[in-house]
Amino acid sequence: MRALVIARLVIREGARRRLLLALLILTLVIIGLTGWGFSRIPTINQGGAPLSELQVKLIASQFLILTMFMFSFVLAMAAVFVASPQISGDVENGTALAILSRPIGRAEYVGGKWIGLAALVAVYAGGAAAIELGVVNAVVGYVPPEPLSFIAFVIAEGLVIMTLALLLSTRLSGMVGGVIALVLFGIAWIGGIVGGIGAAFDNATITHVGTATKLILPTDGLWRGAVYALEPQSLIAVGSQAGPASAANPFFATAAAPLAFELYVVGWIALVLGLAIYSFHAREP
Amino acid sequence: MSEPALAIRTEELGKRYGKITALAGLTMSIPTGAVFGFLGPNGAGKTTAVKLLLGLARATSGEAWVLDAPLSDRNAHRRARRRIGYLPELFRYQHWLSAKEVLRVHCDLIGLDRASWDADVKDALETVGLKERADDRVGGYSKGMQQRLGLGVALLGRPALVLLDEPTSALDPVGRHDVREVIRALAGRGTTVFLNSHLLTEVEQVCERVAIVDHGRVIQVGPLTELLRADAVRVRITGLENGGQELLRSYGELQTEGEWIVVRGLSMDRVPDLVHAIVERGGRVYAVEPRHETLEDRFLSLLEKGHP
Repeated sequence: MRALVIARLVIREGARRRLLLALLILTLVIIGLTGWGFSRIPTINQGGAPLSELQVKLIASQFLILTMFMFSFVLAMAAVFVASPQISGDVENGTALAILSRPIGRAEYVGGKWIGLAALVAVYAGGAAAIELGVVNAVVGYVPPEPLSFIAFVIAEGLVIMTLALLLSTRLSGMVGGVIALVLFGIAWIGGIVGGIGAAFDNATITHVGTATKLILPTDGLWRGAVYALEPQSLIAVGSQAGPASAANPFFATAAAPLAFELYVVGWIALVLGLAIYSFHAREP
Repeated sequence: MSEPALAIRTEELGKRYGKITALAGLTMSIPTGAVFGFLGPNGAGKTTAVKLLLGLARATSGEAWVLDAPLSDRNAHRRARRRIGYLPELFRYQHWLSAKEVLRVHCDLIGLDRASWDADVKDALETVGLKERADDRVGGYSKGMQQRLGLGVALLGRPALVLLDEPTSALDPVGRHDVREVIRALAGRGTTVFLNSHLLTEVEQVCERVAIVDHGRVIQVGPLTELLRADAVRVRITGLENGGQELLRSYGELQTEGEWIVVRGLSMDRVPDLVHAIVERGGRVYAVEPRHETLEDRFLSLLEKGHP
């Protein structure tokens, strides 16, 4: 499988160019700082009386969602920065000439890039999330209801934005593709909020805009799925009292992501990867 | 595996980018084991032809067979690429790897038996003179060293066909000499070498057959000896009196260069006849010197003819 040769090359590049090391150090610093922040929650006083255990967990769950949002954003940025010059960089600097003259097909080349990047995304997202959850558990004794489901959603979010950046990389320079991918990521996030506002005001058109952005780039839908996995039942009960308006809050999810959406995401990734292969077939290095 | 008689064959192979013709109807055949020079000025379509032959670009017309695999049959062509080595004009390798690691990646891409990698890599490094720097990162290499590495990459796995695109562009005279030696060694073991170059002396020294291309067209193709046929002979003679000039003129156009007389337009096989006729007329022959046209002379005259 020559795709695996390319995948290994991508992973090795990540390790050699100290990308993983830089991310690891920064992530550990962030985890250390947020760990300290979590450790301060039980010391908060409410009119001289300490917080109840339920209150501590509720605050911890909210703080964890905010922290994880930052992580997912860093993950998306890192995935875009690493993926967007993957193919265009090889074509521009000439390394693609030596590789593609070998008995390797374009599909294997693009597929190999994807596999390598997916491994980097999964290792970073899974590792960082697992350590952060472990630290929070150790410091305040709080474990979100669905930690594995959360990690899976965050990895999927990273895979989606990475796959998009890789598609753009088959045609655009790293910088242009990266900027476009990040702008689309932002639009999808805002689209999720806009859709929530539409739901709150019972406006079908605005709701559809939100749904459409969620389908065009499913990162926000996946983020909502991740948030839901972090929310304790008590929080969902409180949040749901706000009615449909709560859907506009990007740090809250009223319902789990439907299975159909999860399947849609798998199909979306396959389709965009297929488009990347198709697009690169016609590209001349 | 028995080798095909022709390593490369093209029929009206063409490539257009919109209105621009990069290669117009290239037809040529390169016998297995030949060292073939592909010559032309900058922008003549040389690199385009190489990219088409390697499947890096898609032809817009015509067809080509590389080691018997047609370009249009992607799977067959892909299999054939296991036995092709290529040094691109733009030679860049993963700068964050060492030369040894780059070579191992290519062993893997070719699909060489893992057990032979160490020996293959060592061979390649020795051949191109990078043994001492094998573990250094490519990013710290000079351009010349990177081109040597590229040549090493092209030689991996004992390919049946090696395409070298301007292989000495970054090399010093010693490096150029080394590359010529590598090419001769390849030829010695029956490897077909396709040398893309605009350095005429280089081509003249190693190639048996050449094609001259300009503006995307082949203007001449054939054995180098035919292309550079001796088309003049210089003679130093005395004792030819009356009618001597007429005699010489019957063999070609005359020109006097001091004591020498140059007879132009005379094919090599008529030189003995000329000498015989001079002696028969009582002339004394001190020297006969067939004058070889250099590749550069021929190249320039062909380009002039092609574009008056």
